[in-house]
Amino acid sequence: MTELPLWLSILVSAGVLLGALLTMAGCVGLARLRDFYLRIHAPTMGTSMGGGLILFASALYFSVTTGRLVIHEAVIFLFVSVTTPVTLMLLARATVFRDRVELRGKEEPITPPPVDRA
Amino acid sequence: MMRRILPHPILAGLLLLLWLVLQQSAGFGHILLGALIAVLASLAANAVLPEPVTLRRPLKLVQLFAIAGLDIVRSNFAVLTVLLSRRPNPTSGFIEMKLELTNRFGLAILACLLTATPGSAWLEYDGERSIVLIHVFDLKDEAEWVATIKKRYESLLLEIFE
Repeated sequence: MTELPLWLSILVSAGVLLGALLTMAGCVGLARLRDFYLRIHAPTMGTSMGGGLILFASALYFSVTTGRLVIHEAVIFLFVSVTTPVTLMLLARATVFRDRVELRGKEEPITPPPVDRA
Repeated sequence: MMRRILPHPILAGLLLLLWLVLQQSAGFGHILLGALIAVLASLAANAVLPEPVTLRRPLKLVQLFAIAGLDIVRSNFAVLTVLLSRRPNPTSGFIEMKLELTNRFGLAILACLLTATPGSAWLEYDGERSIVLIHVFDLKDEAEWVATIKKRYESLLLEIFE
């Protein structure tokens, strides 16, 4: 292990820690929130800023230690950002469809109020 | 002739760039192989992409992504503070809003940005009425949300694509 400059250690560990914390908060939110529509919001913390910070820290660490620009982490970020909405929309539209069928003929069919399971 | 080989020049360019970044090298061999893959992939994409992307003001994309990045950071902390409370109970809600934007690439970018922001999720888009259904995590003022999306994102996307 080579000796790391202090500023790099601080920046990299801050990025990794904050990113991991945000991702974990998203996962905990996924478990704790009360209905499906709320739950879809929580994991996007991990795919946007949480993952972004970890990837940024990784790019910074390897760029400095290897002495050349390492940016292929950006590709991971790009693909995650582009593919998350696809899965999310698929799940959400299935739920919207099911809620509409279940609520047909009752009240407001377009934007069904989330089912309260509490 | 050029049209036949390269029906989607922007897509092919991006693929080549991705290839070079993944290989972490801009050597001649990588450029050659990457260009070949980019051309073949964009030819294959021709079957599913109806029209090539046309960017009228590409530089505005940078501005758009900067704004979106800022909003994503803010939204992350907003959702985090709600989640950290003892009993997270945000006032979530649905928004239906009419979009002037009809370009499908513009719509795709808007959908990705809104979904990547933890506070909002794009649920579905009705192309006939051009109405989009958005779910908001912590909905305080519906009119404000609609105005924000229109002003911050849609106006820029309209400038870029239409």
